[in-house]
Amino acid sequence: MKMIIAIIQPGKLDDVRDELYKAEVNLMTVSEVLGHGRQKGVTEIYRGAKEMGNLLRKVRLEIAVNDNFVETTVKAIIRGAKTGETGDGKIFILPLEQSIRIRTEERGSISIG
Amino acid sequence: MNAGDTAWVLVSTALVMLMTPGLAFFYGGMVRRKNVLSVLMQCFFILCLVSVLWVVYGYSLAFAPGTGFWGGLSWSMLNGVGLDPYNDYSATIPHQAFMIFQAMFAVITPALIIGAFAERMKFSSFVVFIVLWLTFVYAPICHWVWGMGGFLRNIGALDFAGGTVVHINAGIAALVTALMIGPRKNADKHIPSPHNLPFVALGTALLWFGWFGFNAGSALAANGLAANAFVVTNVAAAAAGLSWAFIEWFRNGKPTLFGVASGAVAGLVAITPAAGFVNVSGALIIGLLVSVFCYLAAAVIKPKLGYDDALDAFGVHCIGGIWGALATGLFATKLVNAAGNDGFFYGNPAQFMIQVKAVAVTLIYSTIVTFILFKVVDLVMGMRVTIKEEDVGLDLTQHHERAYTMLE
Repeated sequence: MKMIIAIIQPGKLDDVRDELYKAEVNLMTVSEVLGHGRQKGVTEIYRGAKEMGNLLRKVRLEIAVNDNFVETTVKAIIRGAKTGETGDGKIFILPLEQSIRIRTEERGSISIG
Repeated sequence: MNAGDTAWVLVSTALVMLMTPGLAFFYGGMVRRKNVLSVLMQCFFILCLVSVLWVVYGYSLAFAPGTGFWGGLSWSMLNGVGLDPYNDYSATIPHQAFMIFQAMFAVITPALIIGAFAERMKFSSFVVFIVLWLTFVYAPICHWVWGMGGFLRNIGALDFAGGTVVHINAGIAALVTALMIGPRKNADKHIPSPHNLPFVALGTALLWFGWFGFNAGSALAANGLAANAFVVTNVAAAAAGLSWAFIEWFRNGKPTLFGVASGAVAGLVAITPAAGFVNVSGALIIGLLVSVFCYLAAAVIKPKLGYDDALDAFGVHCIGGIWGALATGLFATKLVNAAGNDGFFYGNPAQFMIQVKAVAVTLIYSTIVTFILFKVVDLVMGMRVTIKEEDVGLDLTQHHERAYTMLE
C-alpha cells in the first residue's frame, strides 16, 4: 500500500479528477494549501506596499492506493496536471503502513478501494 | 422650482448610486474567490470613470438638444447646464439635479454587462471597451428614448425608468460580449459554484433599496406618480422573488436563496419601464411572469446553447427587460399616468407595437455596435487574459491583490 500526495495547481483540479476517474481511482482527499517550489510566488500590492514572493494557492491531493495502482494513479495525475511550465507541482509516494475502514474495521488492502 | 421635488431627486440619485456597489456584491458573490475583487473593481472603476465622462461629454451626447441620433457636444463640461430648471426635462428641479440623477443610470448600465464576461477579461481592455460603449452605445440610445428630439421618444415609446435604455441595452451587449470572449475554461464541464451567497443576498438588498430611487425617482417629482412607481416596484420584485422560488420548488424539490435573489432582481428589471404607467395588478402579473422567462433563459436555454453568460446578465436583464418593455405596452393605463398612454388591455393595441419597435431598435443597434467595439478592442489590445492568468485568478493577475487570506 502506498500513500500518494500530489501538490497541483488549483486550476488543474478538475482535469486531474477527470483523469483519476477515468483511471478508476475514485477515492481521494483534497485540501487547499499554500506554498511554492521553484516559482517565485506572487506579488501583492496594498496601498503601495509591495509584498514579493507571497505564497501561491495550491491544491493537495492525498490518495491511498494498493501497489498495483501506483503507476496508474501517478500517470493520471500527470495527464491532468502537466502544462510543462514551472509550478505544475509535485507527486510524492510514501509507504503506507496500515489502512483501516472505520465502518467495518477491515484492515489492509481491502479497506483502501 | 420645487423644494420637495428637488430633495426627492437628490435622494433618489444617492439611492441609484448605491446600486452599483450593490451590483458589485451581487455579482461578486457569484464568482470564484480568486475573482471577487476583479468584479468589485470593475464596478467601482465604472462608478469613477463614468461619473467623470458624464460631466465632460456624456451628458451632452445623451441629452443636449442635438440631432435625432445624439445630442452633440454643446453641453460638454456642463456648459449651460445650470442650477435653474430645464423645462423640457424637469420643470421643478435644478437642471444639474436631473444631470446627476442621469449620471447614476449611465454608471450602472455598463456595470450590468460585467456579469457576462466576468472572470476572464483583461482589465486594461475592459476600461477602453467601457469608454467606447458608453460613448457609442449608451449615449445614443439614451438620447433616442429620453433626449429632446430622440426618435423613439417621438414615436411614443413608453420607458419610464430605463427598460430599453438600461436593461435591454446592457443585456444584449452582455450576450454579445459573452459570445465573443468565449466561455470560461472548463465551464462546459462544471459551472463554478458561487463563492459567497451571503454577498449575493446583500447585493440584492442594496439593489432593491436603490431601485426605489431608480424607479420612483424617475417621476422627477415627489408626487403621486412617484408613489405609484415605488409601490409597483416593490410589488413586482416581491412577486418575482416568490415565483422564482416556486419554480425551483416545483422543478428541483427545494427553493433556494439564490433563486429568490435572482427572481427579485428580475422583477425589478421588468417593472422598470412600466413603473410609471401600470397599476398594482399589472405589476403583479409582470412580476410573477418575469421569473418564468428569466428562469428559462438562465437555467434551461443557456445550458442547452452553451454560451457562457457567466452571471446571467443577458438572462436576467435582457429577457426581463424585454418582457417589461412589452408588458408596458400591455398593461399601461392613463389612469395611472395621464402623460403616458393606454396599453393593449386598456383598448390601445397600437401601443404594444410601438413597444415592439423600441425593443427591436435597441436590440439591433446595441448588438451591432457592441460587436464592432468589442472586435476593435480585441484586435488592438486583446480582450481575454491568458489561460494561466485565468487559472491564477484576475484578483492577483490584474490587480495584485487577493480578497481572502488563508494564513495571516
